Amino acid sequence: MAGLATIAKRLLEALPTLFGVILVTFVLTRALPGDPAVYYAGPAADAESIAQVRHAMGLDRSLPVQFASYVKGLAAGDWGVSLSTGRDVTEELGRRLPASLELTLLGLLIAIVVAIPLGVLAATRPNSLVDHICRIIVTTGVSMPVFFTGLLLVYVFYYQLGWAPAPLGRLDFMYIAPDRVTGLYLVDSLIAGDFEVFRASLAHIFLPALTLGIFALAPIARMTRAAMLDVLSSDYIRTARASGLAMRTVLFTYALRNALLSVLTTLGMVFSFLLGANVLVEKVFSWPGIGSFAIDALVASDYAAVQGFVLAMALLFVTLNLTIDLLYAVIDPRIRAAN
Amino acid sequence: MSALLEVSDLSVEFRSRAGTVHVLDRIALSVARGETLAVVGESGSGKSVAAFSIMGILDDAARIPNGRVDFGGMDLLKAKRRELDEVRGREMAMIFQSPRTALNPIRKVGHQIEDVLRRHGPVARGDAKRRAIEALEQVRIPDPGRRYDAYPFELSGGLCQRVMIAIALCCKPRLLIADEPTTGLDVTTQATIMDLLAELGRETGLATLLITHDLALASQYADRIAVMHAGQVVETAPTASLFAAPRHPYTAGLMGATPTSTTALDALESVPGRIPPLNADLPVCRFAERCSRRVAECDDPGPRFDADAQAPDHYFACRRPL
Repeated sequence: MAGLATIAKRLLEALPTLFGVILVTFVLTRALPGDPAVYYAGPAADAESIAQVRHAMGLDRSLPVQFASYVKGLAAGDWGVSLSTGRDVTEELGRRLPASLELTLLGLLIAIVVAIPLGVLAATRPNSLVDHICRIIVTTGVSMPVFFTGLLLVYVFYYQLGWAPAPLGRLDFMYIAPDRVTGLYLVDSLIAGDFEVFRASLAHIFLPALTLGIFALAPIARMTRAAMLDVLSSDYIRTARASGLAMRTVLFTYALRNALLSVLTTLGMVFSFLLGANVLVEKVFSWPGIGSFAIDALVASDYAAVQGFVLAMALLFVTLNLTIDLLYAVIDPRIRAAN
Repeated sequence: MSALLEVSDLSVEFRSRAGTVHVLDRIALSVARGETLAVVGESGSGKSVAAFSIMGILDDAARIPNGRVDFGGMDLLKAKRRELDEVRGREMAMIFQSPRTALNPIRKVGHQIEDVLRRHGPVARGDAKRRAIEALEQVRIPDPGRRYDAYPFELSGGLCQRVMIAIALCCKPRLLIADEPTTGLDVTTQATIMDLLAELGRETGLATLLITHDLALASQYADRIAVMHAGQVVETAPTASLFAAPRHPYTAGLMGATPTSTTALDALESVPGRIPPLNADLPVCRFAERCSRRVAECDDPGPRFDADAQAPDHYFACRRPL
């Protein structure tokens, strides 16, 4: 199958990148100020006990040796132990990654559902009211920092109106998390058929996802508008109009599908911005995701956790880029042919 | 002979940063049923704009201050988009230059034909595919069943233009507007495409409005020729009559600039000057600046069209004709 071969090829091509990421994070974490041995030996420790801790952690070995043992561990699926929590890094990430992913994906979904129709409308009626509204939303979206949007939404919808639950994590304490299948509460609760939990987790995730959505809206709407304008002035749209095709067919079957090629590129970029913005949103909403985990790990000089976080992100990006490339091939036959 | 398409008194302006551009100045054209009218002129003479205004696919910046486009009794300029869409693709169709970009790059050509078929009539699902393949067969595309699944990038320019013709003719229109249909194709392909158009025209009684800068091509395929210059129709006549005795100096100039099998390249003359900028104040005769026969009365306002006393159906817009 050509598709599978392409995937395999792309994954192989990603290996050097991943190795580079591993190496750079390894060096960078070591170069950062802060000595984990001092940190974990505690404030009362003397030089001897610090040296003991350092030896126990393997930090007295040379950097190449440490790196080799880290890579060897990775190859065996061992990402190391988080010193601040005492658990395996893979376990920590496995628990928190779905929370972050659920938030990011829902934020992206909200952004797409609003931004693409908005961009299409704005492009079909340049300089109309819709176009101006689009421009205002886009400008507001990019100029508001996410933590500010988040705080504003919490202030209005939780504090003032009381419509939203307290911004404290994924679920109220009185609910029990659904059985884990995907780790996404919205999906898992539906699988379990537990609509009450679904409603509760939706209520919790809505504001932080909306925060991310507002942030992601701007680039998607702008790109959709630009790409649609470009496509609408193309020769084949003129042909479609000269053939008397219905407005709907011209706009969606002919124009939007072609415009989506550029929008898809933007989506990839927006998704990576969102992962960055996540860190702040997770803090504001006490969301138990990997962003807040990474910040804590960084402060504590928790090497394995920081490295694990960056590696997880890198893997996510590789997967994301692969997905986008595959989607390109779905939309564009020219790319299918080139593969 | 009643005209199928009758364009009268049509002006088109474009608003641009450099002021209003008067692209068409009260032009008149008519095409009878089954007839081929060629509109000839150099680049920028407004040929394509004329075609686009007939089809209602002008750019948003365009404005039509006056004129009438009568197609089978319907005024296309006054028609609503919905009414126009009933006519476009079904009653009249258009093919364009650069066929590669005129087709949707990410849609199978077969589906692009089906889109038009479905739009203009109830077609059963399986029937649409059969009729699309028939349409491909009609334009002599070899192996039409396989080409149905092809994307434009998989086809040569000549095949793409055939697909365009198939799209245009699949609903059996009465009028085909062909805007420089052979530009960008190699010479042998040009000839086969033109022959195909002529043949299909004869078979189906199709009227054709052929837009070209190539006078030789026009003389070969058109029943009548309208010569345009700077947004004005300067002369219109049956092909034989026009070539026998051109009355407008510009037509004569174009003929002098067109190579034939018997003239040497050195003997070719170019029309002096160039099309005047259309955003400035324009003289009554837009060719006056380039014309060696200009006299004072050329600048008088008033009608300029005159009929040739000897040749029927031969009109020219010149106060001092040849």
